[in-house]
Amino acid sequence: MSQYYTTTDHFVLVPALMLALFGCAVLLFEVLVFPHPRQRKWLLLFVLLGLAFAGAGVWRQQNFLASQGIEELTAFGGTLTVDGFAIFFNWIFLAASLIVTLISYRYLEVEGEHHGEYYGLILLANCGMFFLATGTDLITLFIGLELMALCFYILVGFLREDRRSNEAALKYLLLGAFSSGFLVYGFSVLYGLAGSTKLRAVADALASREPWDPVVFLALATTAVGLLFKISAVPFHMWAPDAYEGAPTTVTAYLSVGSKAASFALLLRVFLMPLGAAREVWEPLLAAVAVATMTVGNLAAVTQTNIKRLLAYSSISHAGYILLGLIAGNETGIKGVLVYILVYTFMNLGAFLVVVALRRKDLLGEDLDDLAGLVYKSPGYAILMLIFLLSLAGIPPTAGFIAKYYIFLALIETRHYVLAVIGTLYVAVAIYYYFRIVRSMFLAPLADTGPLTTSFGLRLALVVTGVLTLGIGIYPEPFLGFAQTSLAR
Amino acid sequence: MLDTFFFYAFALLTLGGGILTVTRRNAVHSAMWLIVSLAGAAGLYLLQGAEFLFAVQIVLYVGGIMVLFLFVIMLVNLDEAAKMRQFNKQWWVALACVSGVGALVAYFLRQGAGAFRLARPPQGAPILEGNTERIADVLFSEYLLPFEIASVLLLVAIVGSVLMAKRKV
Repeated sequence: MSQYYTTTDHFVLVPALMLALFGCAVLLFEVLVFPHPRQRKWLLLFVLLGLAFAGAGVWRQQNFLASQGIEELTAFGGTLTVDGFAIFFNWIFLAASLIVTLISYRYLEVEGEHHGEYYGLILLANCGMFFLATGTDLITLFIGLELMALCFYILVGFLREDRRSNEAALKYLLLGAFSSGFLVYGFSVLYGLAGSTKLRAVADALASREPWDPVVFLALATTAVGLLFKISAVPFHMWAPDAYEGAPTTVTAYLSVGSKAASFALLLRVFLMPLGAAREVWEPLLAAVAVATMTVGNLAAVTQTNIKRLLAYSSISHAGYILLGLIAGNETGIKGVLVYILVYTFMNLGAFLVVVALRRKDLLGEDLDDLAGLVYKSPGYAILMLIFLLSLAGIPPTAGFIAKYYIFLALIETRHYVLAVIGTLYVAVAIYYYFRIVRSMFLAPLADTGPLTTSFGLRLALVVTGVLTLGIGIYPEPFLGFAQTSLAR
Repeated sequence: MLDTFFFYAFALLTLGGGILTVTRRNAVHSAMWLIVSLAGAAGLYLLQGAEFLFAVQIVLYVGGIMVLFLFVIMLVNLDEAAKMRQFNKQWWVALACVSGVGALVAYFLRQGAGAFRLARPPQGAPILEGNTERIADVLFSEYLLPFEIASVLLLVAIVGSVLMAKRKV
């Protein structure tokens, strides 16, 4: 290798570079340039600029791939690969970061923990997610995952005076570090099998082996433990309800979509390419995990009275549905997974946005009863929440229906009838617990007459997520096409 | 022959130290045994001809990080925790997992080295330069990017620990 940093390398790296630079700039500027609390809105501007520059980088990559008619662009000797898949996920991450940034300003003021580090960590977490979607090298993937996870450990514990937040952060940190140990062990075995950290070399090495090779099984099982933890699949889900409940609600929203989407990007990369050769081994394994995840997620959600916990269990069950698409594994299945993640990002964010609005100085706003009679107080919020919940349950004409439709279609195409039936049955359970929220909002008498905590950013974010949740459901073609092009790998 | 002897000696240190680290009730003893375990791993690096890793392992882990560990343990009052019984009742899950892994390891032992068929190092001219130069070379060429991301990771860790530890930010 004569040149260490070529123009191609730079072109591929630009979004991550922008996120990291602006993340560091926010950290610095908070101390040096804008020390006064009232100047924090300028930091917000920097975050938006950083996201815009990163988005421009992704946009240029997308155009370049389209104009040259090539499927992928590798950089750093195969360490990073920009393809449709990476671009698809990067857009999701940037959208999630943007929405979370918009809603955080007012929320952190209410919580009384408004520090500029929050925004820096959001950008740096997004930088880690970039490497999860784009990386094709075991070390890069691992460090990217740790970068993202470390940012989230801190963000989850951001309410330093709140014992629940402390507990959530510590629990998430300890369990997360433990699962990372498994993941890195699996990666090291994969490296031993291939003699190279590049995913392509690992794939070649595994293809020349028996699928039931015990060494491959060892690598597969440990890697799977690490990855399934990150997507909070059962039996590695124990951290999720506590972390989701204790974290600041804006962070919960970010954690439930950003971290989950990024971990799914990593899971898809690893399971489809290098471990694709061992498909007959992991397919029954993942099927069992998916069924367990849907069972625990849906049944445990039924008895929750805390909305954040309820949505945590619901997000666990959604991970089960997404896994079903990977188990089907045909083109429809993978497309279904991508569409599901896209749709899930917006509908789940939307549901958390309404919870964010409930928080006041004197009200935690996390209990089901705090929503009682919301329709009499703020009908707009109640109707938007209804749309998000219908979508989460998978009822047409919302986007959630399209997402579930493709997953079940793929399962039937590949003759996984039992899984399809189980998945459909659990939708009925899901409708029950989502409608507990709806009943509280629409049928219960108005309990709390105080105003909602709202802001321009929050209203904008609600409108965007609401329009997308309905829009993808009513007119899905452009989004399906987007997912289709990102499949061409 | 001598190599084999040293390998088993260092492996015993690593594994025995590891087991004692998690079974001792006194946190200071655990930390001491962790030092033994890390030193054993350093010996394994040396056997592999990785002098640089050996030195880093001793200086950083045994010398730096473990000393910090001991400081923290002595600052925090752990007498209460040492007396507490473990309260989770999931030993049977652990037993199932351990016996699964044990079965896999037993299989490997029965099959011998043939079961692994690990990748061979690339054939060609024997490597003449030392391990340190090789690490420097790949660190700044092939693994340049992960190396740089790791620096961002460390920055986040520093910012996070300051944020968590300071009373008033």
